[in-house]
Amino acid sequence: MANNEKTIEIEVLRYRPEEDDKPFLQSFKVPFTDDMSVLQGVQYIKDYLDGSVSFRWSCRMAICGSCGMMINGVPKLSCKTFLREYYPGKITLEALKHFPIEKDLVIDLSDFIGKLESIKPYIVPDAPRALEEGEYLQTPRQLDRIAQFSSCINCMLCYAACPQYGLKPEYLGPAAIALLHRYNEDNRDSAKAERMQLLNAHEGVWGCTLVGYCSEVCPKDVDPAAAINRNKVNSTIDYLLRFVAPRGGN
Amino acid sequence: MSTRKPYVRPMTGWWLKNPVYIRYILRESTAVFVGIYAVILLIGLIRLSSGEAAWNGWIDAMRSPGAILFHCVALGAAVYHAITWFAVAPKVMPPLYFKGEKVPVEKLVTAQYILAGVIYLVLLGLILWS
Repeated sequence: MANNEKTIEIEVLRYRPEEDDKPFLQSFKVPFTDDMSVLQGVQYIKDYLDGSVSFRWSCRMAICGSCGMMINGVPKLSCKTFLREYYPGKITLEALKHFPIEKDLVIDLSDFIGKLESIKPYIVPDAPRALEEGEYLQTPRQLDRIAQFSSCINCMLCYAACPQYGLKPEYLGPAAIALLHRYNEDNRDSAKAERMQLLNAHEGVWGCTLVGYCSEVCPKDVDPAAAINRNKVNSTIDYLLRFVAPRGGN
Repeated sequence: MSTRKPYVRPMTGWWLKNPVYIRYILRESTAVFVGIYAVILLIGLIRLSSGEAAWNGWIDAMRSPGAILFHCVALGAAVYHAITWFAVAPKVMPPLYFKGEKVPVEKLVTAQYILAGVIYLVLLGLILWS
């Protein structure tokens, strides 16, 4: 293994709130093999070069959504990106854009968590259902309408890709709207009228100008841009229906 | 005592920092050319209603090299905008189903080009006919 080892330069945007006024770049030389992810590169830095470098990670297999960071300016999951793709060039790592930096590569995600809670990301049934009434049924076609949008892992790469979120942090944003769409389109759910109020707001779908980068960077092919822009149509219909029916006909 | 001090990075010059953002700004700025073109057409209509001399003056102005250059640029901008619109249109519409299967995005994009082509041919036919 030692024979195959190469060395790559990894720059990390450091920010230590107790010592620094603003972030600065720190460079590390990291030995690597072709099977090593960027996350493993950062883990090497923490284990052998500088134990104070902070970052989030958990599953190492693109399902927990913790290890998102800007890799050479592009929001990516560091567990799903390999060091060999950048060699012999260098890699620059930065905390996810558009979020406040808590420390080094760790962001303050409380804004996103609040938005996620606000859209009620769970099925709200019409009436409580007794156990003996059995499961809620769904046809393959009904599942197909929501399957793609339910793949979201809350990694927030789409927020780091969205300049509108960076400019107007009050904007609900791609992942929250994609999940809102996922529950609104679910035949077992009945909270659409409540969620439509979030969508119709200025901070809802109308905060989007269809830059489209959110869908490009999504590691799970959720296509949040599609969810948002389909809901511009839904929001318009909902608005017009309010003139003839209470609660937009829902 | 909390020692938290979250750092918010500035957004200055964001549109230049990623090729995707540059293309986005280009796409949005095509509206300027299309808008100016619409104003020129409106002026033409006003000149038409003010008599033959005014109309001929407008036609002459349209034949100037500057006007032709502007129209070429505006055409390029409109075509670029149309291409980007055709590419994102499937995101805006609800999914289409044909015989129980979801129609793939590529087919929807191609269908728009075919539809646009047919419309142009019909328009061209009408102009040549009259």
